[in-house]
Amino acid sequence: MSEPHSHQNDSSAGAPAALVVERWSPGEDVIEVQRIPAPGVARDTWRAFRETARGLKTTFSRIIEGTSTIQYPEEKVPVYPRFRGRHKLHRFEDTGLEKCVGCSLCAAACPADCIRVVAAENTPENRVSAGERYAAVYEINLSRCIFCGYCEVACPFDAITMGHDYELSDYDRGDLIFTKEMLLAEPLERTPLRNEGE
Amino acid sequence: MLAVVGYYEAWWIQVLKGIVIFAIALQLVPVVLLAERKLLGRMQGRYGPNRVGPYGALQPLADILKLLTKEQFRPATSVGMIFAIAPIISILTAVAVFAIIPFGDTQDIFGTKVGLYGIDVSVGPLYVFAFGAIAFYGIMLGGWSSGSKYSFLGAMRGAAQLISYEVSQGLALVGVVFTAQTLSLTGIVHAQEGMWFIVPQFVGFLIFLVASFAETNRAPFDLTEADAELVGGYNTEYGGGRFASYYFAEYLNVLVVSGIVTTVFLGGWLLPFGIDPPGWVDPFVVLFKMSLITFLFIWVRATLPRLRYDQLMSFGWKVLLPLATLNALVTAVLVVATH
Repeated sequence: MSEPHSHQNDSSAGAPAALVVERWSPGEDVIEVQRIPAPGVARDTWRAFRETARGLKTTFSRIIEGTSTIQYPEEKVPVYPRFRGRHKLHRFEDTGLEKCVGCSLCAAACPADCIRVVAAENTPENRVSAGERYAAVYEINLSRCIFCGYCEVACPFDAITMGHDYELSDYDRGDLIFTKEMLLAEPLERTPLRNEGE
Repeated sequence: MLAVVGYYEAWWIQVLKGIVIFAIALQLVPVVLLAERKLLGRMQGRYGPNRVGPYGALQPLADILKLLTKEQFRPATSVGMIFAIAPIISILTAVAVFAIIPFGDTQDIFGTKVGLYGIDVSVGPLYVFAFGAIAFYGIMLGGWSSGSKYSFLGAMRGAAQLISYEVSQGLALVGVVFTAQTLSLTGIVHAQEGMWFIVPQFVGFLIFLVASFAETNRAPFDLTEADAELVGGYNTEYGGGRFASYYFAEYLNVLVVSGIVTTVFLGGWLLPFGIDPPGWVDPFVVLFKMSLITFLFIWVRATLPRLRYDQLMSFGWKVLLPLATLNALVTAVLVVATH
């Protein structure tokens, strides 16, 4: 490793300067490879002992170091604010009206085709959303959803956003079709959120 | 075959202590099982089983219950009778060797003298190796009678491995026997009252330990069940209670070997620095020393990768055997020279 470039300089010495193609050189930052020592019974034996002891030391120091696992059901990894979990539908905070106007853009954007929207007209007696129409039926089949977040991007009124819940397993496929009421309801706070900059 | 003892043991004492020793010894197996999984976990930066019972203490119980309630399955190509007998041979030999491990000196219990061991055989190490040799039938027959290629390969490897390492293991003990001038295990312990044999017989200790790893089919010599290449080796086709028997025998073998190492090299029930506790402490001293060796077994399993088959063979025949022979020879010369 003392002079890595020496042989290359020798080979290119006679060629014209314009035609010299710099051959790839491993350069200075090649990691020195530990070679097997020259054969010798005593050295080999010593090496075997030393390396075994080193391995034993490594495994033992792991005990002292402690575990690095997370005991999942009791402990949860906090998610980032932009984590895409279960969807949420939103209402206006002041009027309590639904933000969704039943435009079906989310359903159109959905690559998994898991959103079903049936729109209906708002009437003065029955005013559900702030717009002209509202979503009479809004269903997301979470067993098909791929959590890509395109629905959130497509929505012109920020009516649907991706929440933070990821514990969505169930015993029945039917139970995974979330209706509008379920999506509008405040989800149980069971996913810890990572703070900004954490 | 029995060693000469200067006292008489009634038949009911022998039956009683047989029951007591095996009741305790067989309780140790689940403890070792759990300890291994826990320690392996810790050495790999995780907890190991901690769900069943407090700190996962009931995990071995759950495992054994699960295995015992499973269906007895047998491949169509297997040889029925041998397939059923093989695990029994394995477990039987392991239990038989446990009988001669001395857990303490002769004690006065209720006015009668009782030796704290199953039986004091006058040919101790030979007894161990005799049953060790039979134990290999358990693996061999199990693997062969399964009628599966993987099992057969595992059994063949096991046969070659056990035969190779048994020689070195035996020769490693020869030095001790020369020094102690007796073959009785209690006699060997008494001969260590001045100094434990691990000091004068250190090379023998290392050889015996390494050969024991191979004899018990433990890592790094677990080629018989090499799960990466042979699925499960000789026990591939076994399931349920029969698999549990093999599993049980493996851990019992670890305990037995720990017991032999304790007795032969670590001074059995003796304590260093002339500490002479009352007799009832003896079994705890032995158990403590056994647990140290068992810990070593687990530690090595977490550390060393499995040897290649040719490495195993060349190590056994080209390194361990000459070394063990040399050790025995040098010990013999020294013993003759000093007497």
